[in-house]
Amino acid sequence: MSRLAYLDYNAGAPARTEVVAAMAEVLAEPGNPSSVHAAGRRARARLEAARVAIAEMVGAVPAGVVFTSGGTEANNLVLRGCGRARLMVSAVEHASVREVPGVEIVPVDGDGVVDLAALERMLAADQAPALVSLMLANNETGVIQPVAEAARLAHAHGALIHCDAAQGPGRQGVALSGRHGVALSVSLSHLDVDFLTLSAHKLGGPAGIGALVAANPDFSLAPILLGGGQERRRRAGTESLAGIVGFGTAARLIAGDGAAGERARELRDRLEAAVKARVPGAVVVGEAVARLSNTSCVALPGVPSQVQVMALDLAAVAVSAGSACSSGKVGESAVLRAMGLPPNVAGSAIRVSLGWASTEEDVEMFLSAWCDLARRKGFEVRDAAQAA
Amino acid sequence: MTAVAKNNTIGRASGQPIYLDYQATTPCDPRVVEKMLPYFTEKFGNAHSRTHRYGWEAEEAVEVAREQIAAIIGADSKEIIFTSGATESNNLAIKGVAHFYKDKKNHIVTVVTEHKCVLDTCRHLEQEGFTVTYLPVQANGLVDLAELEAAITDRTAIVSVMGVNNEIGVIQPLAEIGALCRKKGAFFHTDCAQAVGKLPIDVNAMNIDLMSISGHKIYGPKGIGALYVRRRPRVRLVPLINGGGQERGMRSGTLATPLCVGLGEACAIAKAEMGAEAERLRRLQARLLGGLKQRLAEIYVNGDMDSRIPGNLNISFAFVEGEGLMMGIKDLAVSSGSACTSASLEPSYVLRALGLDAEMAHTSIRFGLGRFTTDEDIEYAIDHVTQAVEHLRAMSPLWDMHQEGIDIKSIQWAEH
Repeated sequence: MSRLAYLDYNAGAPARTEVVAAMAEVLAEPGNPSSVHAAGRRARARLEAARVAIAEMVGAVPAGVVFTSGGTEANNLVLRGCGRARLMVSAVEHASVREVPGVEIVPVDGDGVVDLAALERMLAADQAPALVSLMLANNETGVIQPVAEAARLAHAHGALIHCDAAQGPGRQGVALSGRHGVALSVSLSHLDVDFLTLSAHKLGGPAGIGALVAANPDFSLAPILLGGGQERRRRAGTESLAGIVGFGTAARLIAGDGAAGERARELRDRLEAAVKARVPGAVVVGEAVARLSNTSCVALPGVPSQVQVMALDLAAVAVSAGSACSSGKVGESAVLRAMGLPPNVAGSAIRVSLGWASTEEDVEMFLSAWCDLARRKGFEVRDAAQAA
Repeated sequence: MTAVAKNNTIGRASGQPIYLDYQATTPCDPRVVEKMLPYFTEKFGNAHSRTHRYGWEAEEAVEVAREQIAAIIGADSKEIIFTSGATESNNLAIKGVAHFYKDKKNHIVTVVTEHKCVLDTCRHLEQEGFTVTYLPVQANGLVDLAELEAAITDRTAIVSVMGVNNEIGVIQPLAEIGALCRKKGAFFHTDCAQAVGKLPIDVNAMNIDLMSISGHKIYGPKGIGALYVRRRPRVRLVPLINGGGQERGMRSGTLATPLCVGLGEACAIAKAEMGAEAERLRRLQARLLGGLKQRLAEIYVNGDMDSRIPGNLNISFAFVEGEGLMMGIKDLAVSSGSACTSASLEPSYVLRALGLDAEMAHTSIRFGLGRFTTDEDIEYAIDHVTQAVEHLRAMSPLWDMHQEGIDIKSIQWAEH
């Protein structure tokens, strides 16, 4: 097979070599972490070491970490289990937050940033105990939300706040006019949130594992899964040990590899600069606000997203139109629609997301294929030398 | 068998205790691990990404796994939903059906020896207003079919009876239960975490409507399971987890491709080797029981010996104190009940349901035999257990009295 350029890291990333090695070792061992014999105790020790790694990544106490089968389950667990009558979630949240029954939607502005004034009005309108859920960064546009500000508002009104940080760890944020990326904080105390959702496969760990982290480890969370007393009675079921160990290993690697985020930022910036220089008719979504430094949501107005991703696939470039969960459905993204983008832009946007193994060659392959398509579709396309 | 050779570190060779706790969990078969590994690295696509070949490749692997799982229970692959494990499958099946049909039916039938996650789910539903009948079992651990039939009413939404008990290994009469449920119009759910791959199961012949499957009980990975949901006649569920709409809306969340592949491969291996493996384990089971009986008096097998998987023996050792016995056989990784409740000192509710008194329930050991158990392991276990029991009995005044012919139960203990 010829070379493929994978630029869909926000959907899923290859697990790092060290992560796979750690998991392969665990898979071969017998031992249920709940068993009291030596094999069980060894499994338990591995589980708790991973829990410490995750807790350290976000500045939590280990007992606050509840391992789940992924970000979707973690989001469902906190929204369904927090015991709050009102659930206020932004319009651009992941489907696993937005589609929990009974949520109230907080609008976002044209850049995809939550409308804090609207949130405050909603909080003030009703004194019933509430939970606010606001993501750290959007999976489709990379737009970073003012989580700490929303947390202040929520707390001032006696509400709890949850942050879906699936797209946070290991990613950088870039402030509006910043030339350099800054590590995106996923610290519970910096964000001032009560709960965080984490997903392993977005940070170099395996798919099928995530965590809900509670700032207060004694918060009484009603479980979705009932049964054995695992995870301090917050999540029954034999722990997914290899996945958890892989997650812990990935968290430790991130802590030691700040350069990976910087490399992704440089490549993304180069990609966006070239897109704008070579196809003047292209639109970069969310460009005016702080965004993840690995994500670019670009639109070729009037050319359906599906046409673009198919053309790119033929050229061996993997990107997506919106989030993977809804990839199967044709139609414009709920996130872009909530931002109020004109239909010819919202229906023509693709997501390019980079990660730890991305290379310059990946970016070049994307640019070459995408510019060819734009030219075929009648856009003005400048050649690379001209654009430079 | 390269698999066995590669896995001999599970035995004594590594200085580790001998692993005889295959009902708590099994090591991943090396052949399963080998199939899984590429899906962590070069084939890492998100199975829901429909826009590029990384996604298609992952989706294809997931669908092959789904077919492998369906094949071992005689189902169609469209009827298999991936979950994070049997606990989630049991929660989803029972809550999902109860919630979906709650306007028409409000009754659930289950059995007192079910896994804790089934019982806890039922208790939770009782708090929501559902009525639950918890059927007793006979002294051999099997459900009484006449009692079951009498318990099912036209308000019964679902009957949940496990295929194989995790503590005593007894096999419930699934075909008979299925026929009863079908006749009376209730859905039949069965927790087959301990049954799949151990005995032939056919969802159509047995009239099973929902079935829970676990990865790590059949030499697959932990953190993955499946729920079989019948399509004709269709069973409908309210999901536990929303958002994304994967698994036909019944279970949202990104599928863990390597784990799905692992569960599929584990099923394929189990299907191919089930007959030979069962025969080998039956021989080992007979050897273990025969060896212990030959050398120790007053030992009792809990649960029916005929309707039982060959990989399990649950034995009570009379006149021995339970914790002392566990301490005395530290070189064997065995358990005194289910792993989920290992840490608790309460005697097993499963054994109590068979009518055992607290002492006998407390001195029971579950021996779980499996794919990598050898004849040497069994011989070692016989020696080791015999020595420990003899040692403890030598120190026991009750054992002395029993030897002298005194009926311990007839003694009127003085009150202080």
